[in-house]
Amino acid sequence: MVRDVTYASFSDDQALLHAAKELKSRGHSLIDAYTPFPVHGLDEVLGESRSRLPIVCFVAASIGCVSSMWFQVWTSAQDWPINVGGKSFASIPAFIPVTFEVTVLLGGLVSVAGFFCRSRLYPGKKVITPHRNVTSDGFWIAVEHEAAKVDSAVLSSTLKDLGASHIQHEEQEL
Amino acid sequence: MSHSPVSSHRKPLVIGDKSYGDVTHDVLRPIEARPTKGWYVCLMVAATCLVFGVATVWYQIATGIGTWGLNKTVGWAWDITNFVFWVGIGHAGTLISAILLLFRQKWRTSINRAAEAMTIFAVICAAIFPVIHMGRPWLAFWMFPYPNTRGPLWVNFRSPLLWDVFAISTYFTISLVFWYIGLIPDLATMRDHSSSAFKRKLFGVFSLGWNGSARTWARYETLCLILAGLATPLVVSVHSIVSMDFATAVIPGWHATLFPPYFVAGAVFSGFAMVLTLMILTRKVMKLDSYITDSHLQMMCKVLQLTGLMVALAYSTEFFMAWYSGNAYERFVFINRATGPFAWAFWTMVTCNVVLPQLLWIKRLRLNVMFLLGMSIIVNIGMWFERFVIITTSIHRDYLPSSWADYSPTWVEKATFLGTFGLFFTCFLLFLRFLPMIAISEVKGVLHYGKGLGKEVTHG
Repeated sequence: MVRDVTYASFSDDQALLHAAKELKSRGHSLIDAYTPFPVHGLDEVLGESRSRLPIVCFVAASIGCVSSMWFQVWTSAQDWPINVGGKSFASIPAFIPVTFEVTVLLGGLVSVAGFFCRSRLYPGKKVITPHRNVTSDGFWIAVEHEAAKVDSAVLSSTLKDLGASHIQHEEQEL
Repeated sequence: MSHSPVSSHRKPLVIGDKSYGDVTHDVLRPIEARPTKGWYVCLMVAATCLVFGVATVWYQIATGIGTWGLNKTVGWAWDITNFVFWVGIGHAGTLISAILLLFRQKWRTSINRAAEAMTIFAVICAAIFPVIHMGRPWLAFWMFPYPNTRGPLWVNFRSPLLWDVFAISTYFTISLVFWYIGLIPDLATMRDHSSSAFKRKLFGVFSLGWNGSARTWARYETLCLILAGLATPLVVSVHSIVSMDFATAVIPGWHATLFPPYFVAGAVFSGFAMVLTLMILTRKVMKLDSYITDSHLQMMCKVLQLTGLMVALAYSTEFFMAWYSGNAYERFVFINRATGPFAWAFWTMVTCNVVLPQLLWIKRLRLNVMFLLGMSIIVNIGMWFERFVIITTSIHRDYLPSSWADYSPTWVEKATFLGTFGLFFTCFLLFLRFLPMIAISEVKGVLHYGKGLGKEVTHG
């Protein structure tokens, strides 16, 4: 399947946000926006739902917490109990620091891995971007152009009215 | 775009009329230009210290740690002092990137990248000392609980030294990951900005195909908040655990419940002093005064002053408790600390950490950059002596007068310490040369902050 994508660039984040809101209210389907820094509000306009990464983190951290506590009790009291200064074998309070560290470590690493998977970021990935300047000072939006609904000239003039400085069309393989 | 500063309650974080493109150019300019003579000279000095340090480490591992000045009574001295010193310095970076992010302190954006790099290098320097102190560093992996053919004999999870292994390695890993996550958008900027095909390829691999997608940015910010939330208690835990190496022992002068907060305050104090030293020097050399402004230095000064007062409070609490507890041994250790053979070290510590930093109350001095540079170095010297005083004076005269002993470091210990400075500065100079020392995307987010446009784009 092939889809027609129209890219338009704007002067700054506010112009882009305004344009995105306008386009959405006029019934255009927005594919994505590309900015050099996070622009708050864009994710809502794009219909991006709240990230579930905190859940991923919580689950991983909980696993880290429980498994590290279990492991310490198992090694110290079950597998090879050693009397250290007369302390009890399952000396839970002494196991808290390592439990905490493993909780944080697992929570952090799995969240990062989750982020990479969900955002499909990996070494050697082909960069799909309207222009090289999106990582410097370019603010771009990608609108799906449905030829049946809107004429391309109309879409272009709408974008121009909203303040777009460059407009380019592209056919994308899905 | 013209954004002139107008009335606002907040001061701008970036000085001058910069566009987004200007930020990219300004930060990448020192990386893309040829390095200056000054950089080469600094690198030569640092690398020489590093090579000297490596040779010394080789010598002491080959010969044994009998080459150190330790004896039966003073079993911990320079090595653990240096370890705590470097770990302490390593606390500022993650504090700036995590705790200040949660507190929405936007001034952190200009200094967090370099401070995080500093953290990573400082933790590497710190780890060297306990590893050498093991005596057989090639068996260092025995510290980790893995199934082995010795039983399996597990590590002692009740030992604070083992907690240290977990705390430091977790801290290092999370700091490194946090640093890399922050770098990804800037690596993409370097990829798109570079004229050399090789660099485009190289940064392309490390930027993981980043394209500035708004959907990814939204997730990215969630991830940064998660990591900050995890790293915040981590920062506090690491030096608390380091302090338990001492606090859980029965040595008078070490055995105190005050130690964890005392050490954490001290770590932030020394860490900010080191950040201040590095930032004052690099902003001058890299000509980034409009990004790391005088008001950034003032902010760091405030943190320095606050934590300095906390450290002073801890010193006085220790003395008060020694007297108030009625414990003869405890009382002796503190009298000996202030009047005994190491009194010079104690009074150096008090002068550098308590007396001189009070000059920061004077605004005219605080605004003098050269004065700040001097003060930050003084604080670091003072904080090194703090660790030396705590460790050495507490054990050199303990319960049994017949086992009292003196201690002085050998050239091997001194050279190893110098070597870690070589390692630290070599890494830092290479970082300045090859990676953007200011978080480009984060600074763009606060570019209009305090310029009266009502566009406060928060990051993270």
